[in-house]
Amino acid sequence: MDIQTAERLITGLIYDYAHCIDDDRLEEWPDFFTEDCFYQVISRDDFDAGLPTGVMNCTSRGMLTDRIVSLRSANIYEPHVYRHLISAIRVTAPQEDLWQVQTGYAVIRTMQEGDVSIFSTGKYLDRILIEDGTARFKQRIAVFDSRRVDTLMVIPI
Amino acid sequence: MCAMASDDLRQLIDWPGQGVHQVPYRVYTDPDIYAEEQQRIFRGPVWSFIGIESEVPNSGDYVTRYVGDTPVVMVRDEDGAIHVLGNRCCHRGNLVCIKNRGNAEHLTCVYHNWIYDLKGNLTSVAFRRGINGRGGMPEDFDMAGRGMPKLRVDSYRGMVFATYSEDVEPLPDYLGAEMRDNLDRVVGRRMRLIGTHNQLMPNNWKLYMENVRDSYHASLLHMFQAAFGINRLTMDGGIRMNDNGWHHISYSIEETDTGGDETYSGKNLHAMDHAIPLADPKLIDRWREFDCGTTLAIQSIYPNFICQQIYNSIALRLCVPKGPESCELVWWLLGAEDDTEAQREMRVTQSNMIGPGGLISMEDGVVGGWVQRATRNDGDETTLLEMGGRDVAPSRNSRATEVSIRGFWAGWRALMGA
Repeated sequence: MDIQTAERLITGLIYDYAHCIDDDRLEEWPDFFTEDCFYQVISRDDFDAGLPTGVMNCTSRGMLTDRIVSLRSANIYEPHVYRHLISAIRVTAPQEDLWQVQTGYAVIRTMQEGDVSIFSTGKYLDRILIEDGTARFKQRIAVFDSRRVDTLMVIPI
Repeated sequence: MCAMASDDLRQLIDWPGQGVHQVPYRVYTDPDIYAEEQQRIFRGPVWSFIGIESEVPNSGDYVTRYVGDTPVVMVRDEDGAIHVLGNRCCHRGNLVCIKNRGNAEHLTCVYHNWIYDLKGNLTSVAFRRGINGRGGMPEDFDMAGRGMPKLRVDSYRGMVFATYSEDVEPLPDYLGAEMRDNLDRVVGRRMRLIGTHNQLMPNNWKLYMENVRDSYHASLLHMFQAAFGINRLTMDGGIRMNDNGWHHISYSIEETDTGGDETYSGKNLHAMDHAIPLADPKLIDRWREFDCGTTLAIQSIYPNFICQQIYNSIALRLCVPKGPESCELVWWLLGAEDDTEAQREMRVTQSNMIGPGGLISMEDGVVGGWVQRATRNDGDETTLLEMGGRDVAPSRNSRATEVSIRGFWAGWRALMGA
């Protein structure tokens, strides 16, 4: 696949992913991943230290689905929405059919009461599989810059 | 800071009656009460958790931490001893260690280059003799006996505790036999750090410590297991406390009729008919790590330390006060040094249940903030803590009790003189 086509599919995937979460279409969120995906949200300190455990640690698309079902039907939290700002998508040559992509992000959180705050900033480290003209995340690691998470993280980054 | 006169403090707190089953809401918001807690509790006769020894493996390794909300440094010296020092220069009070962690031959205050050895003793003062014979410190200035504030330090099972108190009993006695037994069981082996969390919460630190001791809310606020019909197979549970009720363990033990099967595949944990099936039951895979069959043990050590075992998810937590209406929960997620790869993976996967994104426990991060908001203007009103009675005695057969919260307030009243 030529790099222009790949970049178009990859940037489309990354933007669609952000809109999906921000539009609260969370049931569609797992579809952005391969069945055997790895999704993790981890602090920059822990990622750099090589620690294996993040705030969210999913090793299959099913675990992503379970997170959304839990968020909708079991977990209790104050209603809020995210706005993802995506920047500086950098695509590098594929290794073993997976495109290596690094992207900057900021997530602004708006609470139902109206409080608006920067909830998370960081980078996505993606390994993306393009198959039959569709790009999916084989791996998406959201490495957040702060050590801290404010209150709780229920909606994925 | 001098503590407030006892009578003034008693008047300020205005505790209702002699019991520990009603708590006035002002203790969660009043800045004067918060300031008194820093003196009477966190600089009083308690041991504060600082960190784990393996965080500073080598000479000169240090990490910055807090006792209450006072900055301290945990550092290992050339002889292998661990010291906990107030992170404050004895010259003009600047923070000595700025980075969260590092390694240094000496601890140097960057403001005026005053230098301390790894035990916290002052060893060098820049331009002490002045420049060209002019300026400098007075002739009678003596470095001996000067340094960063030194705390008493002791370790238990690799966990470092420190105290400002000269009077508090030695750490093992402070913990007591029952508390030590649980720590021995959960972390009494070579452990390895597998992750951390830092969770800022919009509530007074005591609201979180009450939540930790509140076994009553567990199946009511946290709906994940009920929604997914995860059978907890729990046959026995209760509350253990030390002699004065300040520390507690809430535990559950499952039946031992597993036929020697050491692992529990999530697929085999029976789901209730009306429940939602897990798309990937691997989420709740676990193994029988403890012969006693304990599936859950939440232990709190007064005032703000927690040791957690939920199945194979092991963590230490410290609730650091950050002003009257804020606190930060610091987590150390642990595995055993000799875990197999499969066991390590199960611990990581189970960690999806805990922490700021925990499917089971995320609500703990927010419920304190709701109490904070709802009670802020009603300081004269009180909570009601009468589940399981009004006293402070262990509950051997029920977790539908608030006894361990009452134990927390017994400690608080004693230390605060309320």
